[in-house]
Amino acid sequence: MRLKLPANFRIVRVPCTGKVDIIHILRAFEKGVDGVYVVGCMEGDCHYNEGNFRARKRVEQAKVILDKVGVGGDRVKMFNLSSGEGPLFAQYSIEMDNKIKEMGPSPIRLAKQKKAKTAA
Amino acid sequence: MIIAKKKPIEEIISEVENFDRLLILGCNECVTVCEAGGKKEVEILASALRMNFMAKGKEKVIDEKTLERQCDHEYLEEIRANIDKYDAIVSLACGVGVQFAAEKYLTMPLIPGVNTVCLGANEARGLWTERCQACGSCILARTGGICPVSRCAKRVMNGPCGGSTKGKCEISKDVDCAWQLIVDRLKALNKMDDYEIVAPIKDWSTDRAGGPRTVTREDVNI
Repeated sequence: MRLKLPANFRIVRVPCTGKVDIIHILRAFEKGVDGVYVVGCMEGDCHYNEGNFRARKRVEQAKVILDKVGVGGDRVKMFNLSSGEGPLFAQYSIEMDNKIKEMGPSPIRLAKQKKAKTAA
Repeated sequence: MIIAKKKPIEEIISEVENFDRLLILGCNECVTVCEAGGKKEVEILASALRMNFMAKGKEKVIDEKTLERQCDHEYLEEIRANIDKYDAIVSLACGVGVQFAAEKYLTMPLIPGVNTVCLGANEARGLWTERCQACGSCILARTGGICPVSRCAKRVMNGPCGGSTKGKCEISKDVDCAWQLIVDRLKALNKMDDYEIVAPIKDWSTDRAGGPRTVTREDVNI
């Protein structure tokens, strides 16, 4: 399809979004990422029936925690699409990229950078 | 099992703010089953605390460990060798575990990470309900296996009271009347004759009213 995608994100493949746990999202932020988005199948179309609903709940829970610890819950979002919707995947990626750029770097990343600078 | 509920993260953050080296200590028993203080919850809390302090520009050591139980000497001993590495412990065990750890490590501040709620059952996914108040003298044989001490708001021994309407308690339409449940069960067991027996005055000295309780068993002390 040769779709244009932002070059600044990494795809972590999971067998089903039901595999994604809160800790996976939190660890990504702890390592310094600026945003995380979880892309699941269409609701009602999960091969494992409820994997994507579980993922959505966990994303919501991660949001609450990120808000409370001062990282920002808006940095994590769940999207749904079917495997045939490449252009929509590209659109969601651009949407998320724009949103994160608007929000700026995560405070964790800034703290890590500052620490690295003072150490150097 | 013992049912506990996670404390709000902001409450834990405010409690640990002044400590630089923390151990988040989980328990593999009841609090794991009720998803409040097991290994998974330890990981999430530790990660959240690390991020919170990082974002504030504070350098803190936050380590994780989950013991088999925190209400037994042998498991609590597992952390003795490393205890000096920390300024405080956040224990995600029930109140029993927190206190037992506090007794064992006299100079170590212990911060509870959960609120211990009750003795209950996992009624449905995400729903835990009280079943026992550990009154110390079980009467379930007479009440069709349903406990009026823990499930009747008034702890009525010969119920129901006048507040029972359509099987619900007067304190809330969401609370079943324990005595309605007892009658239903006795009917199902064909033991309604038992319902006619007036229960004697209950001896509450075995309950908390008699002070902290102990069980001493010479037979297992070998």
